[in-house]
Amino acid sequence: MKFCELVRKAIEDEMDKDETVICYGLGVTDPKGVFGTTKDLHKKFGNKRVFDMPTSENGMTGIGVGAAIMGLKVIMTHQRVDFFLLAMDQVVNSAAKMHYMYGNQLNCPIVIRLIIGRGWGQGPTHSQSLQAWFAHIPGLKVVMPTFAEDAYTLLREAIQDPNPVIYLEHRWLHETNESSVKGNISIGKARICREGKHCTIVSNSYLTLESIKAASYLSERHGIECEIIDLATVKPIDEKTILESVKKTRRICVLDTGFEICGLASEIISMVCINNEIELIDKPIKGSMKDIPEPTSYGLTKNTYLDAADISRKLLKMFKETIVENELMKLKPTRHDIPGDSFKGPF
Amino acid sequence: MDEQIGTKWMKMKKESEKEKKVIYKTMKRIRMIEEAIAEKYPEGKMRCPTHLSIGQELTPTIISMLTSKRDKAVSTHRCHAHYLAKGGSLKRMIAELHGKTNGCCKGKGGSMHLIDMKVGFMGSSAIVGNSIPVGTGIALAEKIRKTNNISIVYLGDAATEEGVFYESINFAALKKLDILYVCENNLYSVYTPLKERQPPNRNIVETVKSMGVEYTKNLTERKTEDLYKELKLVLGKIKKNGGPGFVEVETYRWREHCGPNYDNHIGYRNESEFMEYQKTDPLNMLEQMLTKEVVEFEIWKEELEKRISDEISRAFEYAEQSPWPEETEGIKGIYADNGSYK
Repeated sequence: MKFCELVRKAIEDEMDKDETVICYGLGVTDPKGVFGTTKDLHKKFGNKRVFDMPTSENGMTGIGVGAAIMGLKVIMTHQRVDFFLLAMDQVVNSAAKMHYMYGNQLNCPIVIRLIIGRGWGQGPTHSQSLQAWFAHIPGLKVVMPTFAEDAYTLLREAIQDPNPVIYLEHRWLHETNESSVKGNISIGKARICREGKHCTIVSNSYLTLESIKAASYLSERHGIECEIIDLATVKPIDEKTILESVKKTRRICVLDTGFEICGLASEIISMVCINNEIELIDKPIKGSMKDIPEPTSYGLTKNTYLDAADISRKLLKMFKETIVENELMKLKPTRHDIPGDSFKGPF
Repeated sequence: MDEQIGTKWMKMKKESEKEKKVIYKTMKRIRMIEEAIAEKYPEGKMRCPTHLSIGQELTPTIISMLTSKRDKAVSTHRCHAHYLAKGGSLKRMIAELHGKTNGCCKGKGGSMHLIDMKVGFMGSSAIVGNSIPVGTGIALAEKIRKTNNISIVYLGDAATEEGVFYESINFAALKKLDILYVCENNLYSVYTPLKERQPPNRNIVETVKSMGVEYTKNLTERKTEDLYKELKLVLGKIKKNGGPGFVEVETYRWREHCGPNYDNHIGYRNESEFMEYQKTDPLNMLEQMLTKEVVEFEIWKEELEKRISDEISRAFEYAEQSPWPEETEGIKGIYADNGSYK
């Protein structure tokens, strides 16, 4: 099954199992059902439990918080993270604080599904990856699944989590059906999706798929064995898995879909650098979005996004290997603004 | 007078006297508690921003009389009167102001974040407008669960300038939620008067009405009996027919926005306005009314004051004797499941 179908199935299975689960968001009941992730759920569960909403991001988040502290489990969906910025008061001052501020007397079990992305001219306000914003706030959990099966497992767990969980779906993953590699996944646990001894790559969401491509190339052509950690949960971050891996490889490359300033990549690199038991052989590599708004034009976005070729180039430099440009070109997608030919927009 | 009508009249008079005494008792208690906080605040033991409800006791008093503990309420930064009227624990409130472990939030909330779930007081927020959707979500949960409980959302006049106010009202009207929004208009947002914030002749009630809220009313605390009757009517209609209600109540804050002092001298409002509202102080007016109507009211009042004053002393003693939270408490309870946070 595809990522988007498994998101839908996770919601359906939880709603089947637990009648306190409700699900709402703009477009949840429309014919497209948020890229298929909520399609027809209202037909099965009725409009008391699955409903569309007024275009009131902040209000509806607060309403979710109110319902959640009363014991309902709330799943809320937005078509893009960028719209959700209107709701920062409710997520930061209400959802994240309820449990702590009221002396642990109540919980706020709310899952906020936000879609991040890149390409197809999404432009400055439809393409941001703001996981660092949410991870900055005590009391929130932040989940970013990469593999379709993990999307299912983590969403089910998020719905049953007694805390507010920000669940970030990359638009370029919706149509993928990558099955996860070995091992169990749960919130707070990163996934080692490739073992290696030379360098640890910590990556998240769509960039993990590009990392895997890069790692195969580096292994086959240069004998560089990368260990890839797919973060899956940004918060609480799986410090243990990251540090153990870097203790072994003594090299780190962190890739993040978000912006570079005060971002997740900086955070992970600092975590590694201040650890007394780690002595790096090479300077860490940081791969994030530049500190510029994402432009819209096809002509302007060519060098905006990280792909397997960019990742390979960074690592080849680290290992002082010869860079064979025409080989790297083969790692590039035919068009930089789409995940594959199946993606035809419009959003 | 016809004997039957006479008996009925006597009965009504007695009932209204009883109700007035309950209102007086609750208001007086809140006033005395707030005055005690103001008096002790300069000692520096209550180390958090504190917004006193003095002058604004009547509306929550009446609303709590007309609702039950099953009905929920949420409030604002100025939440003491709402919390106390609803039956929130005094001891735990005073302990919370002192930052002590027995406080209603274990010392993690302070004056602006009171909660007592036992009596349906579901919290209050320091951010203007923040609790409006939360209270609306509570009403949604009650509706999904078919409980018939009413949610009360207290807000100030400034919150009607926040987008989330309209978002919440819209949703409550759309879903016909059993909720009463109570806008206490005390004319100021901190020190900024209404005229700096809203165009002249803006009628908040009319605005809300036009959004599809059926039960709306403009009210004032200057007329206790009318306020009681109108609130009873609105709450009764919501209980019976469902659907949201909205009332705007004219009220006045006596002390400074935040803190224990009077602030008429600093220049944002004038003494004459303040004196005007003092003249119509609902507590004082009710006291005058009861003095005339109730036999031996003075004795009853003295006993009442003594009882409240003892209760307040005990609450402050309790707070002062409560231990500080252990230092490690500050890093606990961030998540509801401790397991996954290392």
